[in-house]
Amino acid sequence: MNTEILGVILMYATVVTLAIPLGRYIGKIFNYENTWLDKIFNPLDKLFFKLSGIDPTKEMNWKQHLVALLTINVVWFVLSMLVLTNMSWLPLNPDGNPSMSADLAFNTSVSFVTNTNLQHYSGESGLSYLGQLILMLWQFISAGTGIAICAVVFMAMKERTSETLGNFYSFFVRACTRILLPLALVVASLLAFNGTPMTFEGKDSLTTLEGQEQQVTRGPVAAFVAIKQLGTNGGGFYGPNSANPMENPNYFTNIVETISIFLIPIAMVFAIGYVLKRRKLALTIFGVMTIGFLLLLIPSIYFEMNGNTAITQMGIQQNMGSMEGKEVRFGSAASAYWAINTTCTSNGSVNAMHDSMTPLTGMFTLLGMMINCFYGGVGVGFLNFYIFIILAVFISGLMVGRTPEFLGKKIEAKEMKIAMVIALLHPFLILVSTAISSFLYAGNPTEYAGWLANPGYHGFSEMLYEFTSSSANNGSGFEGLGDNTPFWNIACGLVMLLARYLPIIGPVAIAGILASKKYIPESNGTLKTDTSTFGLMVFAVIAIVAALAFFPALTLGPIAEYFSMIK
Amino acid sequence: MRNNLIPAIRLTIVCSVFFCGIYTLAVFGISKLAPENSSFTKSKSGFYETVGQSFTSDKYFNSRPSAVGYNAAGSGGSNKGPSNPDYLAEVQARIDTFLVHNPDLKKNEIPSDLVTASGSGIDPNISVQAAKVQVKRIAKVRNISETTINQIIEQQTEKPLLGLFGTEKINVLKLNLALDNLK
Repeated sequence: MNTEILGVILMYATVVTLAIPLGRYIGKIFNYENTWLDKIFNPLDKLFFKLSGIDPTKEMNWKQHLVALLTINVVWFVLSMLVLTNMSWLPLNPDGNPSMSADLAFNTSVSFVTNTNLQHYSGESGLSYLGQLILMLWQFISAGTGIAICAVVFMAMKERTSETLGNFYSFFVRACTRILLPLALVVASLLAFNGTPMTFEGKDSLTTLEGQEQQVTRGPVAAFVAIKQLGTNGGGFYGPNSANPMENPNYFTNIVETISIFLIPIAMVFAIGYVLKRRKLALTIFGVMTIGFLLLLIPSIYFEMNGNTAITQMGIQQNMGSMEGKEVRFGSAASAYWAINTTCTSNGSVNAMHDSMTPLTGMFTLLGMMINCFYGGVGVGFLNFYIFIILAVFISGLMVGRTPEFLGKKIEAKEMKIAMVIALLHPFLILVSTAISSFLYAGNPTEYAGWLANPGYHGFSEMLYEFTSSSANNGSGFEGLGDNTPFWNIACGLVMLLARYLPIIGPVAIAGILASKKYIPESNGTLKTDTSTFGLMVFAVIAIVAALAFFPALTLGPIAEYFSMIK
Repeated sequence: MRNNLIPAIRLTIVCSVFFCGIYTLAVFGISKLAPENSSFTKSKSGFYETVGQSFTSDKYFNSRPSAVGYNAAGSGGSNKGPSNPDYLAEVQARIDTFLVHNPDLKKNEIPSDLVTASGSGIDPNISVQAAKVQVKRIAKVRNISETTINQIIEQQTEKPLLGLFGTEKINVLKLNLALDNLK
């Protein structure tokens, strides 16, 4: 069998195998059960809380959780702005890189605090090492935020009636120290042992074999890349992210980094089964997500391995597939696999340039972000899926004429209203902002000529991709877009803000309201939510709400480009 | 909000000390344990083998086209879309140039990695086929037999991981160093 395909199968099989025990471990952490790492982490967590003056045993209701989350996120944003606009004179700047302009710093701060990691700068020239380190801090703690708030929803789904749902700071610190930190240490070590730089020295220069001068950017790359992959962050140390041979030196590191994208998102699904003692429900959710993922993945690999039809027409061999924007050491199958991994979760790191992929692969990466819950970002991926579950419960309830109930709680008008608003927010943000930018461009193509690197349908796809990526808190890009302008910095920043916090507030509110309702034990009349029939129902809701809303836009972009290329 | 602000600020400071400082230093310490040949250091030849270099002259195996001229302090791809007419004209020009330098070659023998720009712009590798199509030219320019060059290619070919996973490839820098060492 083709070794490139075998590589893909290996990566998926390994990540699922690792995610099952990790899911159980995550479940134990949020159930406050003993684990074998307690000896190290109990004293460490105690130190965290003592220094911060926080009582981790104080119970919070869902509103208090949200206030705590939003407050600490504001603190991060302010600190981030301060550092990024003053990097040039702060320490750890051996290459003498400049500070950011206010609009770029706004975009970058929002981007990293919201776990998006959209980058309108290039790491080599746009950040000092202090800048890189402070962004790495957000990569840890914004991922910790997502996992913590997901844990709050898990608590709310338990079989009981309760106003209080644990302590936010406690979940947050446990997520950072007990889940992200050990995994990041393992991954960073594997990378450093396989040729990823880990140094505080500045650029190196050398004369190449052919006699040219070449400068090589170094830095604390291994530490940075590990958490960027694990926390569905995705912001690379270097401009082209993990396509860069220092950030991702060989096929083995590529396997490690690809597995790191999916590991926690899949483990969170298994954690639900552990926390709620409902293994079948977790498997149903996992099944729906996996089928959706495979439907995006298989055609993408097919199209990338087949190559660019326009180049085939020139009479060139494409044994390796479409190679523009790809690296020989990964090949087209592993690049397509990464592309779908990174867009289905809200990771957004890349090991090949998405802008240069064949049109329909471009569409599948877009769809991954538009749906945004096939595994999804750490923590928040499940929150998105939760909204679709609520919608599916309600619709199925109407179809069979029963009161819609989910895990023993009645779903009523108020919850449905919130769920609908959140489900429609994502298409609204993407389509409206793309429409505005297209309108501006069409009205004055000479003034905005710097925006688009590619003409025609593909140019439209670049704008659609940028806003989809912002709204999905993904962070990858069709990087041909000239996006470091005040318009793109501010517009994308606002989209990221709304698309991060509203889809956290909505599901937490629903879960909080449901948790305080009376628990109705299951009976024969209860709609079963852990069956394949219900799985199919959720899948149908996702297809209708998420995918169909975007179909017209996709027709104008990648689909039109695809048909224009076959003659 | 006010009740949360002070703890939030304090927790942020604790986190920044721990995750920026202690975590980074821990990884830094661990990376020092890595053996010389597997960490990011210059090899005996004085080059970084993982960082691709530009090779355009006829006496060396040419590396892949790069959108950034093999600048390892500003790496990047072309980000050209697959249907962009300017881009396709550029690919056509690369094919024509390659055929001028390798006159014995037929167009359908050229593999796509030799006429497309990599994602990083500093791709250190080419495919085996991309090396093989350059053998005739190099043999002529250097006045050595094709068999010798083919032997070097075979020695330098990196098999897929464990022979099972991923692509087969050649590091252009190592290949060219081996070529220079012939004499």
